[in-house]
Amino acid sequence: MAFSRRAFLAGTGAAASVIAITGCGANGGGSGGTVTFLVDNNPNNIAASESLIAAFNDSQSDYEFTMETRPGGTEGDNLVKTRLSTQDMPDAFSYNSGSLFQAIRPVQNLLDLSDQPWVSRLAESFPASVTAEGKVYGVPHGGSNSGGIWYHKPTYEELGLEVPLTWDDFIANAEAAKSAGKHGVIQSYGETYTSQFLVLADYHNVATANPDFAEQYTANEVGFADDPTAFKSFEHIEQITKDKLVNEDYVSTTLEQALAYLATGEGTHYPFFASGISEIEANHPDSLEDVGFFALPGDDAATNGLTVWLPNGIYIPGTAANPDAAKAFLAYIASAEGLAAMAEGAQPTGPYMLTDVPLPDDVPTAVKELQKYFDAEGSTTPALEFSSPVKGPNLENILIELGTGSIDAKTAAERYDQDVEKQAQQLGLEGW
Amino acid sequence: MTAAVSAELRAAPAERESGSRRRSNYLAKAYPLWYYLPAGLLFLVFFAIPTFASFFFSLTRWSLFDWEFIGLENFRQFLSEPQLIGSLKNTVIFGVLTSGAKVVLGMGLGLLLTSQIRARGLLRSLVFFPVLVSTIGVGVMFTTMMHPTDGLLNTALAVIGIEGPKWLADPQLALISVALVDIWKGVGLATVIYMAGIVAVPAEYYEAARVDGSGAWSTFRHITLPLIRPATFTVITLSLIGGLRSFDLIWAMTSGGPGFASDVIASVVYKQYQAGFYGLSTAGNVVMFLVVMLIVLPLNHFMRKAEVDQ
Repeated sequence: MAFSRRAFLAGTGAAASVIAITGCGANGGGSGGTVTFLVDNNPNNIAASESLIAAFNDSQSDYEFTMETRPGGTEGDNLVKTRLSTQDMPDAFSYNSGSLFQAIRPVQNLLDLSDQPWVSRLAESFPASVTAEGKVYGVPHGGSNSGGIWYHKPTYEELGLEVPLTWDDFIANAEAAKSAGKHGVIQSYGETYTSQFLVLADYHNVATANPDFAEQYTANEVGFADDPTAFKSFEHIEQITKDKLVNEDYVSTTLEQALAYLATGEGTHYPFFASGISEIEANHPDSLEDVGFFALPGDDAATNGLTVWLPNGIYIPGTAANPDAAKAFLAYIASAEGLAAMAEGAQPTGPYMLTDVPLPDDVPTAVKELQKYFDAEGSTTPALEFSSPVKGPNLENILIELGTGSIDAKTAAERYDQDVEKQAQQLGLEGW
Repeated sequence: MTAAVSAELRAAPAERESGSRRRSNYLAKAYPLWYYLPAGLLFLVFFAIPTFASFFFSLTRWSLFDWEFIGLENFRQFLSEPQLIGSLKNTVIFGVLTSGAKVVLGMGLGLLLTSQIRARGLLRSLVFFPVLVSTIGVGVMFTTMMHPTDGLLNTALAVIGIEGPKWLADPQLALISVALVDIWKGVGLATVIYMAGIVAVPAEYYEAARVDGSGAWSTFRHITLPLIRPATFTVITLSLIGGLRSFDLIWAMTSGGPGFASDVIASVVYKQYQAGFYGLSTAGNVVMFLVVMLIVLPLNHFMRKAEVDQ
C-alpha cells in the first residue's frame, strides 16, 4: 500500500506544480501581492498550514499568502532540490532541519535570517539544526516530535507492569504481555521506515554514553558496528524478532494496522514517533487516553531520556521575489498567535521550540507527559540526524534484513556503516 | 560580333538553366530530408543529448546544484555495493524465469486457443485481458491478495485446509511471487504472438503429415514447433528485455523488499536516485544499459542466424 499512497502524493505534487506555474503571473490580494508557502502534504501539516495562513492574512493587510503542497519523503527531497536549483522555489517553504537541510546547500540557496528578532527566543536545541556556516536560515515549523515507545495503558494495569527505565525491564514487560496472549512488541515492516525506531530513537542512550559521538561519527572516527552502545540497538532488533516477541505478520503489517493493534490492546508496545497520536486520534478516538508514550530505555535507569526530532524549518530562498513578506510570515509563525493558529488546524505532537510559548492545555495526555522529559536537565537529546549530516538511505531496509533473519546484527551494523559512506562523500565531508 | 553575342545569348540561358536545375536538383534531393527535422530534433533533444549527458554525469558526483568530476569512482562504488550481487542475480532470475514461463505457457495457450474449442473468442479475450490493465494497478491488487493472513489467496487456501506461503513477506519467496504476477500479466501478449504464428502455418503441411500417418505429438514436434520459431524468438526477445529492465511491478509490490530480497538493478538505481546520489545512480543506469546489451545482443545475433539457417 505504501506505493499507492506514494504514487498519489507524486500526482498531487505534479498537479500542484502545474498550478504554481500557471499561477505565477497572477498578482491578487493585498498591496504586497500574493506570496506562496510550500508545505509537504501530510494531512496534519495541511490542516495546520491552512489555519495558519488564514490567521496571518487576517492579521495584516499588506500581503496575501496562499498554500502549495508537495509530496513528502524522498520524492519531496528531489522536488525541493529541483525547484531550488531551477530558481523556481516559492518565497517560503517548509523542509527538514538537520542533515537534509545541509543537503540543500543553504549558504548558496537560502536567505540568511540571523538578524531576525525571533532568533533569540529559539529553544537551545533548535538553531544548530538550521544553521550553516554560523548563520541561521529557518524558523521552527510547529512543535517537536519524539521517538520512543507507545504502550497500551490498560494492559499495563491489568498485568501490573510499570513503565520500564532499562531495556531489560522493557523486555520483561514484553515477555509478560506475550504470555498474556498479546503481541509483546509491534513491528510494521509493511511501512519500511517504521523499522528504524529502535535504532534512531536509541540515540539519547548513545549520546549519554559518548557525548562526542556525533562529532566523531561525522569525521568517520566511529561507526555503529564499533561503538558498543550504538551497536546494542542493532542487537535489540535481533533479540525481539528471534525471541518472537513481535506480531506474527510483522513483515507485511502497515503503520495503520500497527496503530490499530496498539489502540485495541492486541499489541502492547510499538516503537514509533510521538506524532502517531494524530493517527490514533483520527482512527481510534475512543482509545486516545488508553495509550501512553515513554522514552526508549537503555542500560542505565539513571540516564533515561528522550530522543527528540526537531520540527521542520521554514526557509526563504535567496531568489525570493518578496523577501519582506516572507520575513513577516516567518515572524508570525514564531509568535504565540501563529502557533495557536496552527494548533487549531492540527495539534502539536510535542513541546514548541520557542522558549516563551507553552503547549496548549487541551493536547492529549500522552503528549502532555512528554513535557516532563523536556523539563528535566539532560533528559532530551536531538536525534543523530540533527547533530550530524551523515545518514544513510538504506537503514530501514538493512534493519528489515536483520529483522527477518537474513543477516545478523554485526553484518547489519557493518552494512549500515558502509551505506553512510555514499552520503558523506556526496556532501564532500572530510575523512571519508 | 553577332556570332559572339548570339553565342553569349545562347549560352547564358542554358547556363542559367543548368545552374538552377542543379540547385533545384539539390533542393529536390534535400526536400524529403526536411521531414526528418522535427523527429530528428526531438530525438536529439530528448534522447541523444540526455544519453551522452548521462555518460558524462556518471563520471561525476552530482548534487543538482553542482558537480565534481571523480572519474570512475561511481562505478567502483556501485559495483562494490553489498546488495549489488544480489540484485544482479535477482535481475537474471526474474528475466529468465518470466521469459521462460511466457514461452511455455504462451505456446500452450496459443495451441489451445487456435484449436477447435468451445467459447474460443471468450477465452482469447480472457487470456489477453491482464495485458490491458495498468501494471501499477495489478501490483497494488496482488499485494493485497498476497497478504499472508488477510489476503484472498491464503484465505482461499485456508478453506481447503492448506496453509499458504507468506508470498511477498517471505524473503525467499518475494521475487518468485512477483515473477508469478508478471507471468500472469504478460502471458496474454505471448499467446497472441504464438496464435499469429500458428495460424500462419500453411494447412497443407498438416494435411500431408496426416496422409503420412503422423500423430499429434509428431505433427507438433516436426511441423508446428519449427515453423513457429520466429514467434518463439519474438517472445523470448521481448520478454527477456522486459524482464531484465523490469521495475514498475517490483516497485509496486515490494519496493525491492523485504530488506533487499527482491531488489533488481533498476530498483537499486531508483533508490540511489531517491537518496540524492544523482551521479551514482546515473552510473548504475550505464551499468544496466551494458548488462542488457551484453545479454540481448549475442542472443539477438544467435536467433537471427538461426532464422536465416532455417
